[in-house]
This record gives sequence, structure tokens and C-alpha cells, in this order.
Amino acid sequence: MKTKKHMFKAIGFILLFASLVTLNTACGHKKNNQQAGGVDKDAASKVYVAPGKYDEFYLFTSGGFSGQMGVYGLPSGRLLKVIPVFSQNPENGYGYSEESKPMLMTSHGFIPWDDSHHPEFSMSNGTPDGKWIFINGNNTPRVARINLKTFKTDEIIELPSSAGNHSSPFCTENTEYVVAGTRFSIPPTNADVSIKSYKQNFKGMISFIKVDPTDGKMDLSFQIEAPPFNWDLSHSGKGPSHDWSFFSCYNTEEAHTLLEVNASQNDKDFILAVNWKKAEEYLAQGKAKVMKNSYYRNRWIEKTHSATSEEIKEVKVLNPKDCPGMLYLIPCPKSPHGCDVDPTGEYIVGGGKLATVIPVYGFSKMVKAIESKKFDGDFEGIPIIKYEEVMAGEVQKPGLGPLHTEFDGKGYAYTSMFLSSEIVKWKIGTWEVVDRAPTYYSIGHLCIPGGDSKSPWGKYIVALNKITKDRYLPTGPELTQSAQLYSIEGDKMKLLLDFPTIGEPHYAQACPAELLTKDQTKFYKIEDNQNPFVTKAEKDTKAERKGTEVHIYMTSIRSHFKPDNIEGVKVGDIVYFHVTNLEQDWDVPHGFTIKGSTNGELLIMPGETMTLKWEPKKEGIFPFYCTDFCSALHQEMQGYVRVSAAKSTVPISFSLGDEAAK
Amino acid sequence: MNKSISVLIAFLSSSLILVYFFPMWSINLEAPQYPEGLGMKIWINKLSGDINTINGLNHYIGMKKIEADSIPELKYMPVFLGVIIVMGLIAAFLRKKWFFTAWVLMFALLGIIAGFDFYKWEYDYGHNLNPHAAIKVPGMSYQPPLFGSKQLLNFTANSYPDISGFIIFIVGGVSVLVVLYLFIFKREKSIQLH
Repeated sequence: MKTKKHMFKAIGFILLFASLVTLNTACGHKKNNQQAGGVDKDAASKVYVAPGKYDEFYLFTSGGFSGQMGVYGLPSGRLLKVIPVFSQNPENGYGYSEESKPMLMTSHGFIPWDDSHHPEFSMSNGTPDGKWIFINGNNTPRVARINLKTFKTDEIIELPSSAGNHSSPFCTENTEYVVAGTRFSIPPTNADVSIKSYKQNFKGMISFIKVDPTDGKMDLSFQIEAPPFNWDLSHSGKGPSHDWSFFSCYNTEEAHTLLEVNASQNDKDFILAVNWKKAEEYLAQGKAKVMKNSYYRNRWIEKTHSATSEEIKEVKVLNPKDCPGMLYLIPCPKSPHGCDVDPTGEYIVGGGKLATVIPVYGFSKMVKAIESKKFDGDFEGIPIIKYEEVMAGEVQKPGLGPLHTEFDGKGYAYTSMFLSSEIVKWKIGTWEVVDRAPTYYSIGHLCIPGGDSKSPWGKYIVALNKITKDRYLPTGPELTQSAQLYSIEGDKMKLLLDFPTIGEPHYAQACPAELLTKDQTKFYKIEDNQNPFVTKAEKDTKAERKGTEVHIYMTSIRSHFKPDNIEGVKVGDIVYFHVTNLEQDWDVPHGFTIKGSTNGELLIMPGETMTLKWEPKKEGIFPFYCTDFCSALHQEMQGYVRVSAAKSTVPISFSLGDEAAK
Repeated sequence: MNKSISVLIAFLSSSLILVYFFPMWSINLEAPQYPEGLGMKIWINKLSGDINTINGLNHYIGMKKIEADSIPELKYMPVFLGVIIVMGLIAAFLRKKWFFTAWVLMFALLGIIAGFDFYKWEYDYGHNLNPHAAIKVPGMSYQPPLFGSKQLLNFTANSYPDISGFIIFIVGGVSVLVVLYLFIFKREKSIQLH
């Protein structure tokens, strides 16, 4: 009896062990399969860009919580630049130099950081035109415009009555407008009310920013006081749907606490269709009320190499109740996220995070339904179109957690699946799934070059992932962010490359490199420099005292600053180094900083003037130097400032070399 | 001199007008950091190209700044060339062998003087260096070649005629051939006639 029991125990143990071994090998096998089977042998050659050769495409990714924008080459995945947008950048002085500080001014004061999510190219005829790229600031609601000749942030506009500028910045077909819907509904003008009064007092403001076609200057044309839902994502129409913009939303329950549960109750939320042409008509008829508010608009002016900041105190607001025919609600299953329009402008794809299908809406069906008033009631006067009347098709069993859809221009759509961590390829019209490819891990947005435009370059798709885990060498608890490149030239998607990105790559835009390389600024012409503190020749350098302010007009050229010996600065002074880089050649920046600078450094491009503010706190000798290895004698590019006691009588003087101090 | 020779001389001398519109000489510098090259073009009356960049680099070796204002030849040469063109047209009109021969000699002399002058400038820029220069290589001078290529530290200097240079050479060469034709071939012909 006892031995029998022992025997059973032993057999059980062996079985358990055997099954564990099998499980273990199976898992290991699976992992090997994924790594070997997921990537073709020729993948390396497909992403190899030989030294000195250029990538075929530019990829612009959002910098997420870095507040910046990453620029990569495709197919290599090489990082080319981080464009400072919403965050100070000590690397090149953005947000530290006196000239650039105004770029980060808001109605809340100077803000050194934001959370950027969605890059969007300016469009002409529904296709990226290579002029500008826009990106949203999510936290302190703003939209930035980046100049694609200089890769510099040219303008940032703040959005009043908004919070969490998430469904932004998506362009209309000819960049007539950049749109921006607020993710958090708040009381307009942000009044002090009880949070519990959400339904009465909160609104979900949607902004339309007009863009000047010649110089790109942005102007908040009007806002729409939409219901207090969470406006999540957006895309504008094109072709037949040119006049319309579409916004997805969640929290139609109008919850203000524990949204995880309370905003997931309704079986269907909405996609809002906005007829912006109609809105323009109402605006022209004077239907908008002027709302007092405060928001900032900051512009970079290239000829002065400096930014200006202005506060704007009014905005025109349209109330949907006064504007029939401007807004329609389209039911969309379960907390939709993505809201994407296909290249023809006919189909609008919703991505419901918790939905089991991908609903596709027909624009022509929508127009017909509106004409024949196929409505299912209304929400505060905004008609709700019957789901069946506007639905063109549903992609069945696509996977779990559909989020965003991009298009290849060959009749296929690609939807990211967050939960099942894959890209699903399906055919427009038949709505059948034709291919799927795993992503590592938990894909958010995806990007095909021009994949949200009228004419996609359907060669690659980039997966922008949320989780990296074991894909790279570990770097402690905080791991790299990551993206993946797939070939979509054949019938099957093929994984080619993993590449790390700056954090966090939400959305991305890509375009053929020639679109931007043909018109790049190589340096600034010194004769065009209109900075008020420019020094155009070495003979004009000087140091001047104005009360407690000391202005030093300095030049830099390989390999010296002029002046490089400065005396007469006192403790308590505010010193401004106005440094002009006199070089007139490609890729010869000079840096500037001084010991004890509490204000970062300057990185000055050829022909540019930048100013570093410095408040010396103690007496002594303070060396300054060029921080960018500019030339063979870069190490010699240095100088000294003498700081004397506050009561000292040392006069201001400056010199270079053997010349007498002035 | 017959009519066709006269027309040829008029054509040759008037084609020198093109020299005002195209550079005469081209100096190109190549270095690892400048795969696209740095160019300087010498015209009859000016300099063009990456002069500022070249000056910026040259200051390391203590070379004087290359500035059009400091080279008076750029003011004289256009006038001399104008005189040559006018004299050439007069030679075509007069149809005198001796006048044309004198013109060719004058043209050749001017060419030789200009070439020597160019060499002198190159020598001056290449040798007359600031003794306090940052980079001093014992025994090293930086004179670019008059014609051809030469390695100067990390730069390869290439010096070759440009469009106007070729025009001058062709006009000069053809003119000399015409003189030879007039003196040798014509004389033989006249002997035969006797």
C-alpha cells in the first residue's frame, strides 16, 4: 500500500516533470520560431543603407512625453534629428536662448515641457506638400508648426477652453484648417465650478486653426462648443468629403470620475462629422459669439533669428444649437479611438478599443442618410444618424483592440490591434481580412508614407509600439521606445527591422526624401540677419554697460571669439552675450557657454545670432568656450570674463589678441 | 591678305568679347571634409566662388585674404583686352600683314605677361605668410599650381583654364597659325608665281 502510493507519487512527479519540459521546449521553440520565422533572410539587405547613401524616406515621429519630434530615415531606421518643439532643449539652446524663450510662452507662463502625440504634414490636394509639419501639445493645449526647410519650430499657438489637445492636429485637404478637439471637456473659459456639475457646465471644444497658404501663419479661426465628450482622434475628409472633418469620441456617458468603468458603459459612442464649410457660412452670417479668453501665439521670425509672443484675448465660438446642419453624430461601437479616412475620401474607418468589429462608414451613405433624415434621435439637438444607414461594411473578427488604420493606395487598409498586438490587413470593399503580422509589442498607431493622404507611397508600414520588453539589450527598468518596419510590397507583410525611438512614438508621418531634400536651408546669409543684436563684422564687436545690464556683442569664426577678454563685469550684473556666427559655409556651427551658466548653452548656426543671459553670482575669472568641435583649433576657441565685486570700479573693457583693450 | 583671312581675323578678335562673360581660370580645392570641393573662378575683372570659405581656411596658414579690391590687375585687364579686340578689328579692316603680325605679337606678349603676373600672385599668396599663423609647417609653402594639380596639406589644389581661358588659347593659337600661313605658305605661293 505504501509502496503503491510512492509509485503513484513518483509517476505523478515524472509526468509533471515531463510536461514541464515539453511546455518549456514548446515555449522556447515558439520564441525561436518567431525570431527566425518572423524575419526573412534578406531583411538585412532591404534595410541596409550604405555609408554615405541617403535613406529613401523621411519618418517624423512624435516625441511623446519628451515633447519633441524625432526624424528618422527609412528603411534604415537611423535617427537623424530631434526637433525641439514643446520642450527646452539644452543641446542647442532652444528655450534657453533669449531669442527662443518666447516660443514656450503660454497663458500659464513659460512652460518648459509638453507631451506631443501626432505629427501631420501640411497637405496640398490631399497629398503631403513638404512645406510644414504640425504637431500637438497635449498637456497645455497647443499646436506647433515646423518648417521643413530648416527643421525648426516656426510657430506655436495655444488653444483656449481646451485641455488635453489630443484629436489634433489633422489637416483638411489643402491645409485650409488644422483641427484640434479637446480630450478633456472643461468649462469654457475654465470657470471655477463643482466637478459634479459636469453635464451642465463642461463643454468639449473643437478648434479650427486657419493656415496661411503662403507663409503658414496660424490663426484660431473659430471654435465649436461641442458636447462634453472626450474628443479622441480625428481626420479630415478629402475628395468628395473635402468639406468635412471627423472626430471620434469616448465618454458619451459624460462621466467625470472612474472613466475606466463609467465611460465604458454605452454600447456605442460616436464619430462626429463636422461640415466646416457650413461652419464658415455661419461664421460669415455672424452666428458666432465672441468669447473673452486668453491664449498665446508665438512665432519664430527667420530674418531676426528670434521669436515673438503675443497674447490674444478673444475667440469666435459657434454653438451647435444656432448652426443646424453643421454637426452630425455617427454611432460607433465601444469607445472608438482611431478615425481614419481612406485615400478616395469615401470611407471613414472607426477603431473601437473594445469593439469586436471594425466599422467602416460610407461618406455617400452619410450624405444620403442626412438628406432623407434617417436619424435615431439627437443629442442636445445634434442629429444621430442611424448606424445601419451610414455603415458601408464591418470587418469581422479583425483581432482585439482595433485602434488606427492607414492605407496603401492599392485598395488595402491596415489596422493596428493593441490587445492582440498585430497589424491586420484587410480589403476595402469586401472587408475581408487578408493578412496579419505580429508586432512586438502592443502597437498603437501605424504609419505608411502618405498613408493618411490621397496618394500613399505604399512600400513600408511602421508599427509604433507601446511596449518594448525583451526586444533590445536591457537598460534598467526604463527601456527604449521602439518602432518596427514592415515591407508591404508583396501580398504578405514582412517584418524587416526593429529600431529604437525617442519617447514616445505615438503617431508618425513619412514621405519620400526628395520632397524635402530639394529645398533645404544650408546656412543663413549674414547680410540678411536682422537680429537687433547682430554683429556683422569683427570690427563692430563691443561690450556696453547699461546700468546693471552688460551687453556683449560677440562674433565667432574659426577659431576665435571676438572679444575674448572682457573685464568690468560686476556681481549683480545681468550679462547678455549676443553671439553672431560669422561663418558662411555648410555645417560650421559654433557653440557658446560660460562657466557657471545656469542657462544651458547656445548652438549658433552660420549667419545666426543667439543670446545667452548670464547672472554672475560671485567674483572671479570665468572661462567661456566653443562647445561644438568646429575646427582643428577648436580647443583654442576660448576666452575669459573677469567678474569684480559689486562695488568695484573696474571699467568695461574688451579685447582680442594684441589690440589695445577698448 | 585676302578677304577670307580678313574675315577670320575679325571673327577671332571679336570672339574675345566672350572673355568678359565667362571665367578665365578655375582653382578647385578638394579635401576629405569638402568632397564637393571649394571653387574659385578668376574672371577678367573679378573673382567668384567660395572665396570667403577659402579665406576662412587660409587664415590658419597665415595666407593673406584673397580680395578683388587688392588685385589692381582686375581693373587693368578688361581695358587691355578691349584694346586688343579693337586693334584686331582694325587689323582685319586694314588687311596689312605687318599690322596683323604686330597684333599677334602684342596679344602673345600680353598673354605671357598675364601668365607671369598670375604666377607672381600665386607665389605671393603661397609664400608671403603671416609669421604668427596657427599652422606652420617648416619648409612648406602653399602656392597653387599655375596649371595642373598639387597636394597642399589636406587639400588637393587643381588649377585649370575655364571657358574664357580656352577661348584665349584658341584665338591665340589660330592667330599664330594665320601668321605662319601668311609668312610661309603665301611666300611659297608667290615664289611659284614668279
